Amino acid sequence: MEHYHMNLNLKVWRQKNNQSKGEFKLYRVENISSEMSFLEMFDVLNEQLIRDGEDPVTFDHDCREGICGACSMYINGKPHGPWQANTTCQLHMRAFKDGDTIVVEPWRANAFPVIKDLMVDRSAFDRIIQAGGYISVNTGNAVDGNALPIEKDKADSSFAAAMCIGCGACVAACKNSSAMLFLSAKVSHLALLPQGAPERKTRVMNMVAQMDKEGFGACTNTGACEATCPKEISISNIARLNQEYLMASLTAE
Amino acid sequence: MTWKQVFISSVGKKLVMGLTGIFLILFLIVHAGLNACIWANDGGEMFLHAAHFMGGNWVPRILEIGLFVGFILHIYQGYLLTVENRKKRSVGYAVAYSDGSKWYSRSMGLLGTLILLFLIMHMSHFWFPNRSNQGFLLGPEINLYEKMKTEFSVLWVVIVYVIGCISLAYHLAHGFQSAFKTLGVHNKKYNKMLVSIGYGFSVIVPLVFAMMPISFYFKWIQ
Repeated sequence: MEHYHMNLNLKVWRQKNNQSKGEFKLYRVENISSEMSFLEMFDVLNEQLIRDGEDPVTFDHDCREGICGACSMYINGKPHGPWQANTTCQLHMRAFKDGDTIVVEPWRANAFPVIKDLMVDRSAFDRIIQAGGYISVNTGNAVDGNALPIEKDKADSSFAAAMCIGCGACVAACKNSSAMLFLSAKVSHLALLPQGAPERKTRVMNMVAQMDKEGFGACTNTGACEATCPKEISISNIARLNQEYLMASLTAE
Repeated sequence: MTWKQVFISSVGKKLVMGLTGIFLILFLIVHAGLNACIWANDGGEMFLHAAHFMGGNWVPRILEIGLFVGFILHIYQGYLLTVENRKKRSVGYAVAYSDGSKWYSRSMGLLGTLILLFLIMHMSHFWFPNRSNQGFLLGPEINLYEKMKTEFSVLWVVIVYVIGCISLAYHLAHGFQSAFKTLGVHNKKYNKMLVSIGYGFSVIVPLVFAMMPISFYFKWIQ
């Protein structure tokens, strides 16, 4: 693909803190390389802002390799931008052309309050995991990984669910701000494996209860989460979660 | 976990929607099947026999109470979910994300409201006059075939009925498959089958209903 440079207009959400009312600000960045990543383009903008004596834009990022789940921008009406199965850090500027206006917003959900600008507090996900996203293991030496036979198909499905990086794009994309795709990935990942069996019922009940407590909405199966998920987590996990919950509620004390 | 905890959880609320939704889907089959008797084209003889059984026998009249409970639960829970879900995002997006999902899957509250408005009109055409004539017990029924003929001779009524059926079609296009997913069907082969049956159902059943006022208006049946 041919390398080119572009000038862009950015419409970026600026919000001082959780209490203040945010607003969009317009910025112009010039001579942006098509080989840059979207976050590198933001680095250019921030250097420009610092030079001009302005407050740089705050945004989350860590690995910049598409595996940590830290980056979280809602770009031109889609979490993580226009590409499929992609995180913001792996979105490259060749997705845009010279003269484009790009609208960048934070994840918007009451359960993900804005900390500053494009950075939101996603600790609600951590608390959902703490509520049941673990397994019990015996103390002592670590058991050999191959000691427990697991059917290949099940191991693959479990691994596909475990791909979830907890970025929160599913919540950002959902009209109900529901965290069901995230939760279903975490529940499915363990429900499919024998290691997850001991806490199977309590896990799903506690994690659903925590999700509701955090203020996420209820799932209506629209499929927007699956369409935007950078790790292509299947919506069929949500149906599996529903089954896990139904079975647990029918049989638990 | 108590039953109360189950049914006030987000997953439990959806279970109520799914279960009542499937119950109402079954009702639609019975309703469409019985009303299809008008196409016997025998001056309403077969249809009136069926209507008399449904309105003049205790068994369907008791089942009718269950039907009302199903409708009320589905409507109440539907509005509750719509309102609660909306409150979860106080600040909306400047650019909406519309590519990832079908418009009708995002508009179940709106489509449901259109169906409810249609339902009120539909019941005031047939159910209320018939039941009040019976003194709400097993009294003499009115001639529903003649009533259909009269109501469906007015063009705007026919148009409103067709709009009601279109709303129902889109509501079912999402609701049918969503209900089974909510009940936990995640097996790929069953899901594929249910999606196909769902689309088929959401076209065929509303079409059968829409053809009833149309058939009377154009005097295809006498």
